[in-house]
Amino acid sequence: MITAERKPMDEIMESIDGCSRILLVGCNECVTVCAAGGRKEVALLASALQMASMKKGRTLDVREMTLERQCDPEYVEELTPHIDQVDAVVSMACGCGVQEVARRFKKTPVYPALNTKFMGASEGPGIWAERCQGCGDCLLGLTGGICPIARCAKRLMNGPCGGSTSGKCEISDDVDCAWHLIWERMKELGIEDRYEDVIAAKDWRTGRGSGPRKILREDLA
Amino acid sequence: MNYPSNIKIINVPCTGRVDILHLLKAIEDGADGVYVAGCLEGDCHFKTGNVKALQRVTYLKPFLEEIGIEAERIQMVNMSAGMGIQFARIATEFTEKIRELGPNPVKADASRLAAS
Repeated sequence: MITAERKPMDEIMESIDGCSRILLVGCNECVTVCAAGGRKEVALLASALQMASMKKGRTLDVREMTLERQCDPEYVEELTPHIDQVDAVVSMACGCGVQEVARRFKKTPVYPALNTKFMGASEGPGIWAERCQGCGDCLLGLTGGICPIARCAKRLMNGPCGGSTSGKCEISDDVDCAWHLIWERMKELGIEDRYEDVIAAKDWRTGRGSGPRKILREDLA
Repeated sequence: MNYPSNIKIINVPCTGRVDILHLLKAIEDGADGVYVAGCLEGDCHFKTGNVKALQRVTYLKPFLEEIGIEAERIQMVNMSAGMGIQFARIATEFTEKIRELGPNPVKADASRLAAS
């Protein structure tokens, strides 16, 4: 899922400086799972923004809504009855959601309350780590299910660099060496003999390198 | 034993039930301070409820500072159900601490705003 974290309060407050009524919109999907922009976080931020405004001697009317998703126009449409009554929208969705709301409501400024981080998975309660960088040509089948693009700091395709120490990456003791993990996994799968199969130079055109991407499914359009 | 009459007690089955939102809303609604009194560490009847409560109080403190409210207004304390004297002492100490901090800055400004 997409992970995100709340922006610092002073940054959010500065963006809505001058607004007296805002619509604070959460999202029920990824940002709920990583406890950044779900219904509860909307309630927390609404309370905090109101208190921060009261401290400055102003009142801020915060309307709270949480959509199922903000990245689908059908759900964004649910904001329509409220949009003319507010000075701005503050979105607690990932960047995709913020943009969809902005795209739909062209006359109302939309501000992000979160910094979108990465596509990742949960390593345990409260811990999320980067797993996928959307390269567009998945090679997880060759690496025992561990991605050298997302999890290797250098995105190496054929084994670790000289900095790999005790299974950790040279950039930090908190970061596993992806190729160490791949080797250990291949042993568990009994496919060590395939470790030295060369993975060819990657065609990065399927990734972000060739510009913003789009998928079109004609059977669904 | 006596404890200050300005303390409003909210009973919960376990402090693990107390959510960050409860603490924040209490401050928003005008409480000058909130303390969460949970079981002694290691003695939570529900195993780790008091640990979770401490994590939530700890999480909220810097958030409060970000919006200009003193982090000392919320606190986690641990005691057992039989520690009546300590309960009274903590109630008195916390009240004194909050008195020194002054009234809730949000409440003070809200009533000033209403008066103007």
